[in-house]
Amino acid sequence: MALDTSTSSVHRLGGRVLRSRTVAALASPHGIDRYLTRINPMLAAHEVRARITDIRPEVSAPGAPRVATVTLQPTSTWRGHRAGQHVSVGIDTGEGRRTTRVFTVSNTEGKPGEPLTITVRAHDDEHATPYSISKYLTERATVGTLVHLSQAEGDFVLPDRVPEHIVLISGGSGITPVMSMLRSLQRRTHRGKVTFLHWSPSADRQIFADELEEIRHQGHGVDLHILHTSEGAPYLSPALLEKLVPGYRELPTWACGPASLIEAAQAAYEGTESLKVEYFKPPKTAGVAGGEMEFARTGRTVTNDGATILDQAEAAGLTPESGCRMGICFSCTTNKSSGRVRNILTGETSELPDEQIRICVSTPEGDCSVDL
Amino acid sequence: MTTVEKTGNRRLSAEELEAFGKEMDAIRQRIVADLGEKDAAYIYDIVKKQRNFEIAGRALMYLPVVGWLPAVACLSISKILDNMEIGHNVMHGQYDWMGDPDLNSRMFEWDNVCPSDQWKYSHNYIHHTFTNILGKDRDIGYGILRMDEDQKWHPYYLGNPLYAFLLMVFFEWGVALHDLEVENLVAGKRKLSDNAEMHRGIMKKVKRQALKDYVLFPLLSGPLAPLTFLGNATANLVRNIWAFNIIFCGHFPAGVASFSQEECEDETQGHWYYRQLLGSANITGGRIFHIMSGNLSHQIEHHLFPDLPARRYPEIAEEVREICERYGLAYNTGPLHRQLWGVFKKICRYALPDRKRPAAAGVEAAPALEGVAA
Ligand SMILES: Cc1cc2nc3c(=O)[nH]c(=O)nc-3n(C[C@H](O)[C@H](O)[C@H](O)COP(=O)(O)OP(=O)(O)OC[C@H]3O[C@@H](n4cnc5c(N)ncnc54)[C@H](O)[C@@H]3O)c2cc1C
Ligand code: FES
Repeated sequence: MALDTSTSSVHRLGGRVLRSRTVAALASPHGIDRYLTRINPMLAAHEVRARITDIRPEVSAPGAPRVATVTLQPTSTWRGHRAGQHVSVGIDTGEGRRTTRVFTVSNTEGKPGEPLTITVRAHDDEHATPYSISKYLTERATVGTLVHLSQAEGDFVLPDRVPEHIVLISGGSGITPVMSMLRSLQRRTHRGKVTFLHWSPSADRQIFADELEEIRHQGHGVDLHILHTSEGAPYLSPALLEKLVPGYRELPTWACGPASLIEAAQAAYEGTESLKVEYFKPPKTAGVAGGEMEFARTGRTVTNDGATILDQAEAAGLTPESGCRMGICFSCTTNKSSGRVRNILTGETSELPDEQIRICVSTPEGDCSVDL
Repeated sequence: MTTVEKTGNRRLSAEELEAFGKEMDAIRQRIVADLGEKDAAYIYDIVKKQRNFEIAGRALMYLPVVGWLPAVACLSISKILDNMEIGHNVMHGQYDWMGDPDLNSRMFEWDNVCPSDQWKYSHNYIHHTFTNILGKDRDIGYGILRMDEDQKWHPYYLGNPLYAFLLMVFFEWGVALHDLEVENLVAGKRKLSDNAEMHRGIMKKVKRQALKDYVLFPLLSGPLAPLTFLGNATANLVRNIWAFNIIFCGHFPAGVASFSQEECEDETQGHWYYRQLLGSANITGGRIFHIMSGNLSHQIEHHLFPDLPARRYPEIAEEVREICERYGLAYNTGPLHRQLWGVFKKICRYALPDRKRPAAAGVEAAPALEGVAA
């Protein structure tokens, strides 16, 4: 134990030195991490990397997309996470390309340097790209694989002081953030009441099935409802909510899942401030079609069809960089030289010339020109 | 640099230009589809070597006397690799497809006093878009030299060789200040306030570069500080001289064509390729030479395909030469000494007012054209 604390304080001191301004000045312009990786990829002063230490199948029912929980040991630079947050995961899947996608941290809220888990559902074959990260993690990754992480991000989180009664709603793989919340509440020995409603197609596709079963048995203030729709369970509706959680409109609620579920929840909570939602995919709200979308660098012009600039560029045969495709990772940032764009997440518009925009969440409104 | 006719080249018809452009597009598409593991491994390997040279260079400074020369050599190589095969090429977006933030054109910063974002604007945008268009490409003479007969002579240009020498010695500073468009300030085409932000950017970068090379590393070497200071300065000088020479051989040897703004109005893609080809010159050499020049020894291929990984240029070059032969276009290439000699002659010749030259001005271009036949 004594040895433990002394090595960890050496670590901390080393970290402080490596992050000092003097070291930064010496290593300028590339930064000290560019040299540390030469020694050991798990040595870092600023960046976060991690090694896979375990891969556990969650769902492997025939015909169902595979789901696996991947445990990651991060570098000491990982600052920990709050329940409900997500992390960008970059993986070299071959052919010299690194692809980055966003996954929710699914384990109990954790401290700096502590292991984290992500629970990944494989993208269905017909829509998956050759560099699908979810397929890589569930099918090809092995223990020891190195991945590149961001810090944990996102404000779909529990407050520090959790209210007396809260509601968690999830559908499919959208269970990951609320599961992290539930686990954290149990560890915090939350004394209040949690109503947890989860929709999934069928029992054999249920992620975290055993753990949910255990929670149901223990009770401990968790009122659990799992609704398997292919087995006749009803979809989310105000009436159902009122029946299961009377007065739900007043209760702080967190919901994550497919667009249809989120929309139903939003309709049910219409006009209240109680509901917080998280999307895994940008909402399919089509923008305004019309005008010319110009890709200045390649000299191509298409008629603006109202989709995001990223989608329109890809449809025109371009291959702009992208990662999360959800406005999180900034890898699609592109200079917009002119035109007005709408951010599909916030609804804000902007028309400054020479603006850096995230094309995955921007739709053009009228004529628009970007450097692609 | 001279107009197309004087370089002994012919003008292509609109149909020829279109076909020519299609052939170039085809090369590009084929390479893009083939990018992968090998290209990634190559650039990672170069980065690794650059870091090793850098660390060796910094470390050898601690060996008094015997270590100095090897230290300077290692540091010079490191800086040259960093600026050319890595920096220049990464900032062109040649490796953006890899999705690695360290090799991403938006994020890369190089070991040079010129801030990367300013360089990317003046180089990637202005120079590569308006290559060799007089009055638009500010890399023609860098605003201080007279490198083309269509630049009007002025007694100021008597100093051409001296300015060129100074630009060579202080090349990184020249490149940084280049963006401030001092000549346009003097001419009143630009206001001092237009420069305020750029100036701040440059000063920030200059401070960082100076702090490490001229303060921190010397201080860290204790009593050897003066030697370390001198060593770092020498490495920067070596890089400056090398980069200047390679870059000047890219556009200023005999036989390279320049274009008027009218010729390039509403330019087709085919003409763009044509202009890039005739406005650039290659340097022949071995593998190491190509790497150390950042493959700018394949300036022609670089200008045709600025965002394809430079390691592909040698293979592309074979096809480009073959296409040039078919279209009867010169492919300007030659060994370093010959290209340098051509540049040197130009610097001196344009220092003086124009002589009345006989109609057979094309003679100047002859040496470069020989290269094609070879
Ligand atoms: C906040 C957040 C949290 C998330 N948490 C989780 C989680 O906990 N668990 C989980 O399983 N997933 C989660 N996701 C979803 C995850 O990020 C991925 O979207 C999902 O795993 C699919 O990734 P993939 O690499 O397999 O997709 P891919 O098969 O690579 O495809 C991604 C999508 O982009 C399109 N696409 C990509 N490149 C191109 C191109 N060049 N041209 C045209 N289309 C292209 C594809 O058609 C497809 O629709 C989360 C997402 C967000 C935003
Ligand atoms: S792809 Fe991640 S922000 Fe656009």
